[in-house]
Amino acid sequence: MKHLLTTQGLSKDDAILLLDTSAQMAATQSRENKKLPTLRGRTVVNLFYEDSTRTRISFETAAKRLSADVINFSAKGSSVSKGESLKDTALTLHAMGADAVVVRHWASGAAHQLAHAGWLDAAVLNAGDGMHQHPTQALLDAFTIRRHLVGRVGDDGRGADASVGADLAGLRIAIVGDVLHSRVARSNVYLLHTLGAEVTLVAPPTLVPVGVETWPCRVSYHLDETLEQWQPDAVMMLRVQRERMSGGSGAFFPSPMEYSRKFGFDARRLAVLPDHAIVMHPGPMNRGLEISAAAADHPRSVIVEQVANGVAVRMAALYLLLSGDIASTNSSTSSTSTSTSSSTDERTAL
Amino acid sequence: MHPGSRMPESSTTPGSTSETPSDTPSTAPGTAAARTVLGEADIARALTRIAHEIVERNKGAADLVLLGIPTRGVQLAERLAERLAQIEPAFSGEFGTLDVTMYRDDLRRQPTRAVGQTVLPGSLDGTIDDKVVVLVDDVLFSGRTIRAALDALNDLGRPRVVQLAALVDRGHRELPIRADYVGKNLPTSRSERVRVRLADVDGGADAVVISGAPTDSAATDFAGENAAPENAAPENDADERSAR
Repeated sequence: MKHLLTTQGLSKDDAILLLDTSAQMAATQSRENKKLPTLRGRTVVNLFYEDSTRTRISFETAAKRLSADVINFSAKGSSVSKGESLKDTALTLHAMGADAVVVRHWASGAAHQLAHAGWLDAAVLNAGDGMHQHPTQALLDAFTIRRHLVGRVGDDGRGADASVGADLAGLRIAIVGDVLHSRVARSNVYLLHTLGAEVTLVAPPTLVPVGVETWPCRVSYHLDETLEQWQPDAVMMLRVQRERMSGGSGAFFPSPMEYSRKFGFDARRLAVLPDHAIVMHPGPMNRGLEISAAAADHPRSVIVEQVANGVAVRMAALYLLLSGDIASTNSSTSSTSTSTSSSTDERTAL
Repeated sequence: MHPGSRMPESSTTPGSTSETPSDTPSTAPGTAAARTVLGEADIARALTRIAHEIVERNKGAADLVLLGIPTRGVQLAERLAERLAQIEPAFSGEFGTLDVTMYRDDLRRQPTRAVGQTVLPGSLDGTIDDKVVVLVDDVLFSGRTIRAALDALNDLGRPRVVQLAALVDRGHRELPIRADYVGKNLPTSRSERVRVRLADVDGGADAVVISGAPTDSAATDFAGENAAPENAAPENDADERSAR
């Protein structure tokens, strides 16, 4: 793995390696000293063209816990507001010797462009591109599901993570809400399918994207029916992305109240689920719209844990992309014997 | 279920095609000169002696914490713990594992390594402060793994004493590190490979095997092996790599 751009096409082995590494990273985060020396001297740039709280902070925390230097770059208050292109920004980052670039962009495919256009030599991590992909969110969701529904920490009596090495075979996961605008849904559908889980998307017809029949999942227009008859092991609520709905929230459904009644998750719907089922939400939540406060704060809601797991998953992603033989990713054997100190020079020379 | 047995690949290298534990020494090409230095009974005796030495040196087993370094150090720690529990009934028989991957100094010179588990014995309550920690590894070579282990320990707490037990000491240290308890001192040349095979990891009988200098591309077969000179000096490293 050189970049982490999408969960589509991510192999099952790589996905499980990411989850297993996340489990080990999570174990270090309960220590008094949470910092690891692993990425000392490496530079991670957070390049955010879109507003974000938890993803940026999560990536920043993850990089710092691995001792990497972090540079935060947000489009607001930078040269981007003066009209600088993604390419010129990338060349600047390249000149500064960034080892990894975490990018969030409003345009679908921006991360792919950044990784493959030859502008910079750093590892690129997609932190959300338009309505396309958000792989680390899907990984942290899969990690949370695995921890809760496959094997719990300490099940073997020695404090080890019993779910290490496991996939999600046979689990049923319902993804509910604004699928149309959701990169979280797209990333999750592919990753959960790769890991062996069954996925059903539940949304009003107006919020189901064109081409959904090619995705490896089922689609339902009825939440109650899906919950009662299909009995999912996990329900993942999606945020209604009002900022992407031109004409306000009225454009895709008649009224917020009606949406809430038909597709909102509340205590009544929670009661229909099997006892082990968990409730998830990638955040930020619209309380009272897609999820009621009672459901969001219920003991079976793992929403806060998702955030904590996000740090571990992003540490794993940064570790797996940034450690390892630089030669094997650059496919040049001559650079093998160069030491860490000279690799920056080499990078700029390339 | 103990942690070591579900992650035998922790010291191997993901991405490389080597599936180290699967082949037997006799079938691997290029190992015609492989010879067994320690057999099953030798290893058992060495571990029993080390267990007695640990008790003798520390005047009992109070505050003793055994931490095995994955992969094979974990199995050795388990066996030592069994023996210690027999010698000193007060000893709980517990052992832990200490993964050193994220503390290694060669992370950028090797293909990406999978991170293993660090698990402290349950009775410790998550701290090793003021304990007597005995690190257990299979082969002591350059000393770099142990250096990484000492850093890893430092992040877990402040032990009163740290000691090192190794089944085999093959010399060629690159750092000022020595073992407190050694199963067998093996004079080797740098180009030789020392491999510890344990029944519960590799299948077959326990053995310590030395094979000669890799003369052909067969070297690939041992890539990532715990006992392989993965921490060898830079020039050695480069040679190995070009052979792959």
